[in-house]
Amino acid sequence: MSKPANTPATPPGAWRRLIRNRTAVASMAVLGLIALLAAAGPALFHTDPHGTSSLQFAPPSSAHPFGTDLNGRDVFSRVLEGARISLLVGLSGALVSFLIGTTYGVVSGYIGGRVDGFMMRTVEVLYAIPRLILILIASFVFDPLLKTYLAGFWDGQLVGYSKILILILSLGLIEWLTMARIVRGQVLALKNQQFVLAARSLGQSHLRIITRHLLPNLMGVVVVYLTLTIPAVVLDESFLSFLGLGIQAPQASWGSLLADGAQVINPVRSYWWLLAFPALLMSATLLALNFLGDGLRDALDPRQRK
Amino acid sequence: MLAFLVRRLTGLLVVLWCVITLTFFLVRLAPGGPFSRERKIPPAIEKQLLARYKLDGTLWQQYTDYLGDLLKGDLRLSTKYRDRSVNELIADGLPVSGLLGFTAFLIATGSGIALGCAAAWRQHSFLDRASMLGALTLISVPSFVIGPLLVLVFALRLPWLPVGGWNSPASVILPALTLAGPYTAYIARLTRSSMLEVLSQDFIRTARAKGLTETAVATRHALKIALLPVVSFLGPLAANLLTGSIVVESIFNIPGMGGYFVNSILNRDVFLLSGVVIVYCTLLVGLNLLVDLSYTLLDRRIQVYE
Repeated sequence: MSKPANTPATPPGAWRRLIRNRTAVASMAVLGLIALLAAAGPALFHTDPHGTSSLQFAPPSSAHPFGTDLNGRDVFSRVLEGARISLLVGLSGALVSFLIGTTYGVVSGYIGGRVDGFMMRTVEVLYAIPRLILILIASFVFDPLLKTYLAGFWDGQLVGYSKILILILSLGLIEWLTMARIVRGQVLALKNQQFVLAARSLGQSHLRIITRHLLPNLMGVVVVYLTLTIPAVVLDESFLSFLGLGIQAPQASWGSLLADGAQVINPVRSYWWLLAFPALLMSATLLALNFLGDGLRDALDPRQRK
Repeated sequence: MLAFLVRRLTGLLVVLWCVITLTFFLVRLAPGGPFSRERKIPPAIEKQLLARYKLDGTLWQQYTDYLGDLLKGDLRLSTKYRDRSVNELIADGLPVSGLLGFTAFLIATGSGIALGCAAAWRQHSFLDRASMLGALTLISVPSFVIGPLLVLVFALRLPWLPVGGWNSPASVILPALTLAGPYTAYIARLTRSSMLEVLSQDFIRTARAKGLTETAVATRHALKIALLPVVSFLGPLAANLLTGSIVVESIFNIPGMGGYFVNSILNRDVFLLSGVVIVYCTLLVGLNLLVDLSYTLLDRRIQVYE
């Protein structure tokens, strides 16, 4: 089955198939709404997520739609700040993993032979290491180092972002393994097809073959997997923040908000709003991303349809 | 077979050595040591402390000494839990985490496979749709949301089970359910799709043509083959149960390995940390080896140890 060199990156009708998938469209709508709220939150609602008040543990009301927490902070604005940070870490972490994984996979698959064997053995060894455990150690170690480094720029205004930066980098650095494997498998399948041989016999350089012929054909698979990496990174980040090793107070992410909520559960009073709203928003986001990933796979790769 | 085992065990040692080295140097890289406090300790006492915990001398010397001690099976003293050796601490914590993980493992595989089979059995039925939607929801809702919710319902509103701790046999139920949740869902999805694929194959038609009952076809012919992808997920499952148990132990206040891990990072307890990481790694790689060996039991055509 050979394709002409100018095969479009996506199979024809992919967009139409995606639009017809009601679950995927609903997921996109939910994600769009959450992203909009997160991005426009500070401009729309003038409540400071870090502003404390004497109003402790107030249940949801018109002034505080999601109630207030232990320090009298408005939970609604904190959940929106959490959305900003969680989504930022999720998206950029997935992007880092995409860059590393795609490069690694393309190089390994394209060169082939012994280099491929060595690179894939390395991936297997890395798979065997409990990665999240190393991340916990690494983010703990590198955060103070980066903080001292960042303190030298712009009067230390960047210091607050050190933890986020470390989280993005380290989560991206562990999530690329599966991406590398998938991309390598695709490259192996593609590189001996006739349109690649034709390009090579025309004397095109390796770089040009990779960028013009291989990468466009890889994008479908990569986009699907990228959509599924984002929820994984968001989940990992919230895992770290829940343990108190991720985002540090007063900044909030969904994970740290849930940790705050879980801490004040007691038999006498349940401050359910502290747990319910971050959980609802986070679960909705992850569910929508997973549904969208499934929908994209069906749309972009008709052969895999079940 | 023997050559395969030797090769895999060598691989285990290499992974262990990498992780030990990485952990050892990473933790020492971070500013501050296990004895740095707000108030400065007199230099003479600090020197004594460092000597007692074998933290004096050059970093390289400490590292080689530590490797030597490890070969003798000595995991050294914990710097936080004074006068207790890491060996003792792990001997206390490992059975607790082991029981929790094993219970969760039984729940996840047992109910996951049963649900997946049921869904595949009546594809497109209400049962199928409901269980798959439930599965995706369970995957998207993180364990630190499910855990507090279970506590709220089954320990606080309905006083059936203990809130946390590790005092009675009943205290394992809620944590194990929390830990097993997402993996039950994942295994159910995996079993369903693999069962559907197997049921459409020729040898199943042959079995039906022989006049076997549907139950016999499903249990004796299809299930064994359909379980292969599930078995290959058991390795990652073990890893996920290990890291997942860190969060679950912190939610339910369980005295296991997870608590040691988080506290050893926060306290710079070098030897406890690397002791825990060594145990995690050994478990992980050992379980993966078992999984690979069990392939051959399910399908004689597969020879992993070539």
